[in-house]
Amino acid sequence: MEQKKDALLKIQNLSVSFRRYNHGLEQENLQVVSDLDLTVYPGEIVAIAGSSGSGKSILASAILGILPNNAKVDGNLYFKGETLTPQLQQQLRGTKIALVPQSIAFLDPLMKIGKQVDGHRRPKPVQTRKALFARFGLPQEIQYLYPFQLSGGMARRVLVSTALISDAELILADEPTPGMSLDQALEALQMFREIADQGKGVVLITHDLDLAFEFADRVAVFYAGTTVETAPASDFKKGPDALRHPYSKALWHALPQNGFHPIEGFQPYAGNLPPACLFAPRCPYATEKCRTQAPLLREVRGGEVRCYYGA
Amino acid sequence: MALEAKNIYFRYNRKQAWILQDRSIKIEKSQRLAIFAPSGYGKTTLAMLLAGYLKPIKGEILLNNMPLPRKGICPVQLIYQHPEMAINPRWKLKRVLDECGTYNADIIDTLGIEPAWLDRFPAELSGGELQRFCVARALISGADFLICDEISTMLDVITQAQIWNVILRETERRNMGVIVVTHNRYLADKIANQTLDLTV
Repeated sequence: MEQKKDALLKIQNLSVSFRRYNHGLEQENLQVVSDLDLTVYPGEIVAIAGSSGSGKSILASAILGILPNNAKVDGNLYFKGETLTPQLQQQLRGTKIALVPQSIAFLDPLMKIGKQVDGHRRPKPVQTRKALFARFGLPQEIQYLYPFQLSGGMARRVLVSTALISDAELILADEPTPGMSLDQALEALQMFREIADQGKGVVLITHDLDLAFEFADRVAVFYAGTTVETAPASDFKKGPDALRHPYSKALWHALPQNGFHPIEGFQPYAGNLPPACLFAPRCPYATEKCRTQAPLLREVRGGEVRCYYGA
Repeated sequence: MALEAKNIYFRYNRKQAWILQDRSIKIEKSQRLAIFAPSGYGKTTLAMLLAGYLKPIKGEILLNNMPLPRKGICPVQLIYQHPEMAINPRWKLKRVLDECGTYNADIIDTLGIEPAWLDRFPAELSGGELQRFCVARALISGADFLICDEISTMLDVITQAQIWNVILRETERRNMGVIVVTHNRYLADKIANQTLDLTV
């Protein structure tokens, strides 16, 4: 209970399913996120890594309450100890919780950049915006441009600015860095670090693992809609031997600088999940037990792992 | 066979500074070229010019010393940075693939496309999943040159390695030329056999 009070964001046993139509009026529930746990403390950057389609963005949408109507959310979500209800979510989003959207398609194509970044805040935060643009190396003139006139990397930096200009206590950054050059990505992450150091929380969803390790405090690894491992970022820097779950090790080995070796197979489709351990079909160490009994999250060396053999 | 940009100039309007100024590049079939530059230096613009999506203000784009064909499937295929903006949102994905010609299940399998995805709309898939369709349709089309504009930044590293391994294998087998735009030096080192820096 005490823990729950301290945490900025606490997610327990979150599951999300989508209702969809099969044939005619026949409905089917497609579970895309199951048994997901995540905690963010003030002053912390938690990086989320994992395969595409593992439910990382859905998690962000679930926290903000902006999932489509056919989604069903189960589990407990707490923001500063308070249960996140749809009413509370509506109050918090944009003010206390800010999102850096994944796609630059989130920019309004018919609104000029300056106006979009300022939003509905009164008085207009013109000075803050100018300072942010300057830090990101964005020319001030782009405030008069429309989104289609920006390059991919510039649009990304604009999206990050829209979140940083708010005074939010929790920032959900959904892949903020693609399209940015290395310097710009480092600058963006450095700004997230500064925000975290002010006692705020940042959830950083990213595929740039090598960058995430440098700036994050903890890394959560997602696979097929659940957390398979949570580890201190330093373990990822140390290399595969310091990691606990076979999937995390596979991620490490697939980095271009670490060999570029992908493991075989693909993440299972949400409608056709394996019965027990979700990673078992691709796992080199899987045993009979992994195929019949789902492993629970357990503590190993200061991290958590969902595997019987992770050590 | 070579793809060539000859002294091209480009800008979106007259008030703007040139994005590309007197730029020439040439790539032979079977070559793999990586293009580097900070964001905003015209990498995507160059990619779009080479694939025929934009016309240069001055200069010309030549394939085999001829302008790009105006009709039919373009022999220079661009895989775009934002897959969610490159696929018709009102088409089921099966139709997206069928549009590019006949294909065998092999390529679908190697890219990890689930048969169940074919009956879905683009909005129901993640960015990484959509990008596999974009790669698939570019390969299906039987193009001679493939331009990959930051195609793997939205993918997890395992999928990234898988997809690149498929692209490298297929382009080698079909003797295709590849232009790669990326910010990741390590990735470029693994893929390209030549690099071009737009800043110099």
